[in-house]
Amino acid sequence: MSNAISPDVTIDSRGATCPGPLMDLIGKVKTLEPGTVVELQTTARNSTTDVPEWLEEAGHDLLEIEELDDEWRIYLEVN
Amino acid sequence: MHRVAIVGGGTGGTVLANRLADELQPEIEAGEVDVRLITADEHHVYKPTFLYVPFGKKTVDDAKRPIEELVDRRVTLTIDEVTDVDTERKQLSLAERATALSYDQLVLATGATLEPEAVPGLAEGGHHFYGPDGAEALRDELAAFTEGHLVLSVVGVPHMCPAAPVEFVLMVDDWLRERGLREEVELTYTYPINRAHGLEPIADWASDLFEERDVNLETFFNVDEVDPDAEVIETVEGKELAYDLLVAIPPHRGSDLVTAAGLGEDGWVDVDRHTLEATAAEDVYAIGDTADVPTSKAGSVAHYEAGVVADRIASRVRGTVPTATYDGKTVCFLEAGMDEATFIEFGYGEEPYVREPSTPLHWAKLGYNESYWLTARGLL
Ligand SMILES: Cc1cc2nc3c(=O)[nH]c(=O)nc-3n(C[C@H](O)[C@H](O)[C@H](O)COP(=O)(O)OP(=O)(O)OC[C@H]3O[C@@H](n4cnc5c(N)ncnc54)[C@H](O)[C@@H]3O)c2cc1C
Repeated sequence: MSNAISPDVTIDSRGATCPGPLMDLIGKVKTLEPGTVVELQTTARNSTTDVPEWLEEAGHDLLEIEELDDEWRIYLEVN
Repeated sequence: MHRVAIVGGGTGGTVLANRLADELQPEIEAGEVDVRLITADEHHVYKPTFLYVPFGKKTVDDAKRPIEELVDRRVTLTIDEVTDVDTERKQLSLAERATALSYDQLVLATGATLEPEAVPGLAEGGHHFYGPDGAEALRDELAAFTEGHLVLSVVGVPHMCPAAPVEFVLMVDDWLRERGLREEVELTYTYPINRAHGLEPIADWASDLFEERDVNLETFFNVDEVDPDAEVIETVEGKELAYDLLVAIPPHRGSDLVTAAGLGEDGWVDVDRHTLEATAAEDVYAIGDTADVPTSKAGSVAHYEAGVVADRIASRVRGTVPTATYDGKTVCFLEAGMDEATFIEFGYGEEPYVREPSTPLHWAKLGYNESYWLTARGLL
């Protein structure tokens, strides 16, 4: 468990297939202030590669990817 | 009397009403069952026709027929807008009817709504071919477009017919070549994620064709704003792209009706992906674009889902356990130019295989479009 990171915003995209979680994230990040910490919950394995790639492209910081049973939590900070 | 109400007379709702009229014929004739289709528009609109309007190959009138001509006479047809769904009391409110309508089983088939206003400047700066007015305006614009930068931008995901933007680019490329203008026009296609399409096999297929046909591909391209005066698109990723003619697939949302009824966010109905039953209410189903299932928003999906829900409703009427389920079957023809097309088919969890495009498949797509009116009637 990641106890260190406490997100300001949580996006639950569990159950959505690729590219649903990434699109949910992009839609949300557009509306957030710099410095906001976001947790993306996903069950699509592709998100663990697509999301970091997009963060790099868009200039946001990846904080951590946590793996649970068949689920991932991706933490990031909006720049 | 068992009352089945279907809201929306598009592809899903019309096929479903006709299927039920057929399956429940004895019960309807005995006065035990009423199948009612409530739809806001007195015309049924076949949207795939709009893809051909910008190229002058079809007209907006080709896309519509009076709904009355398509629906079985055993179906009670009501032309009105449903303004409220009360799933507790099992009632629908209508715009032009003072009293509410009660139902025993309800199917929502209200389709998708275009929302260009969701992106600043898009409605003013962009064109599209996703509705009758947009398709006609784009036809006029294209006819006058002889040089410059044409950008096709997929702004909203999910959107109707995920293949249509790729088809449009391949068609416009061919169309400009035929008219001797291709050298004067730069073509760019943009997509929000890191490849050309949500489905990988289509992304690979499209990327190869784009390279062959000199179409620029911009990925991770999420439109934030359009400046219609400067003719520039700005993205969430901090990119800027100048255009002379912008063809944009606008953001889509479902129906406010759905959100207000607590049946799902963004107007899409949350359903079980196999039974198509709403998760938030009893005896409510959703089919077609409005149902939130992990496959394409396509007419073929609406059609197959209608078959499944017809069976399930008929079982309920007869007091037997419904067993029909939807396995995600999706079928799409894809134009690869003005006279070639391909074809894909897949179900939940399956990746489509993209066949080599051919002229017979192009004629098959046009043939399907013609025979669609029989499909809607439930004859095919
Ligand atoms: C340009 C384009 C090309 C396409 N090409 C293809 C293709 O090649 N193949 C393919 O399979 N699909 C294609 N599609 C997608 C296809 O058209 C849709 O997926 C399909 O129409 C969905 O059917 P539906 O029944 O869910 O909704 P629709 O056909 O959109 O019908 C919805 C109906 O609900 C009615 N309605 C809405 N709200 C209310 C209300 N509150 N009260 C009463 N009535 C209401 C509307 O008036 C309408 O009649 C294309 C779409 C576009 C735009």
